[in-house]
Amino acid sequence: MAGIHVTTTINGDTVEYVCQPDETLLDVLRDRLGLTGAKEGCGTGDCGACSVTLDGRLVCSCLVLGAEAEGRAIATVEGLADGETLHPLQRKFLEHAALQCGVCTPGFLVAAKALLDRNLNPTESEVRYWLAGNLCRCTGYDKIVRAVLDTAAEMRESRNAA
Amino acid sequence: MQFAAPDSLDKAVKLLKKLGTTRIVAGGTDLLVQMKSGFAAPDLIVDIKRIDEARQITEEAGGFRIGAAVSCFEMGEHAGLRKAWPGVVEAARLIGSTQIQGRATIAGNLCNASPAADSVPALIAAGAIATVVGPKGRRDVPVETIATAPGKTSLAKGELVASILLPARPARGGDAYLRFIPRTEMDIAVVGAGVALALDGSGTCVKARVALGAVAARALLVDDAAKALIGTKVDADALAKLAAAASAACKPIDDKRGTKEFRIQVAGVLARRAAETALQRARG
Repeated sequence: MAGIHVTTTINGDTVEYVCQPDETLLDVLRDRLGLTGAKEGCGTGDCGACSVTLDGRLVCSCLVLGAEAEGRAIATVEGLADGETLHPLQRKFLEHAALQCGVCTPGFLVAAKALLDRNLNPTESEVRYWLAGNLCRCTGYDKIVRAVLDTAAEMRESRNAA
Repeated sequence: MQFAAPDSLDKAVKLLKKLGTTRIVAGGTDLLVQMKSGFAAPDLIVDIKRIDEARQITEEAGGFRIGAAVSCFEMGEHAGLRKAWPGVVEAARLIGSTQIQGRATIAGNLCNASPAADSVPALIAAGAIATVVGPKGRRDVPVETIATAPGKTSLAKGELVASILLPARPARGGDAYLRFIPRTEMDIAVVGAGVALALDGSGTCVKARVALGAVAARALLVDDAAKALIGTKVDADALAKLAAAASAACKPIDDKRGTKEFRIQVAGVLARRAAETALQRARG
């Protein structure tokens, strides 16, 4: 079957790929582009392990067709760190031990970044509601929520110091 | 399967007319799950997100026209829409997670034709109109005529919902939507209730619409429940009558989410509570 040629932007880089019409963006990222940060947990939009942003909007990449990405801007967990320097969220997840098996972690990081990009002073309740679409079966969520709140506090401080 | 992303409604209609089984992808949050589980195997998928008209919220006749590809999240970001129809926006913002709301649309919620669709009772209560575009042109129909049964719509071959018009909010008007789920987030309505009402200068209810979800094969517009409010001050007696009428209108099924008896009772309770919130909003 003839594929669909797509030109898009991923983590700031122009990327081209050919995909099938029914192929999800998640499958394109993982299987065609080698970007395996986004994980397939459920494949039905319930678990958030495949979270990416599409034109700045947090989405489940398992519920996006690869063909839909033409001309859009995608951000994945691979774009979070600045070279060898971890994003504050990544650092705080490590400090707070906010991960165990780690399968949900890329999705949580992408989702939490989308929250902090909009609101650098979220309440605990806002963090919990925002992350309700990211499931974690290891941590019990508490350490994740604390890591996100601590990141927000640190980023506010460094912003104020600047 | 083929994929197309036309840049106009005309092109979309021509594509939809041509092939056998066709599906629209707006948010894709229902369609992709159905494809994955084998419930849908379209010959053609038409992405409507490149069509300007489908991507915008525009003011029209004092109300708002919401394009079929506008996400629920974008509705929540629109201050004017939130102010005019808070019940519709809160219903849209109850659907799924942040990720789902970044994609899901109320037109998709309507056309997916689930009896438990959260935004549909709120839209029906608000008197929303669906603009349907197809091979024979455009037609405007009340949203309650779109779904006919679970997963079935009144749309003909080649037709799609292009946008949904929320009318001007009446003077001293208010609306609200409530649903019952066994947890606080990320679940499917066991019962949903949408109420929109308007008061005159003396605080008497002059207009009301009450709609229920998940208690019948499709969302119900319950005239008897509205009549219980009209002409009253929406006092305890009127609210009790509204609750009784809402319960009486239910034709629910028993399933894992709730029994018939439970749904019938909760429909009355939720309709009353939604009416109380709508009343507060109408009083300003």
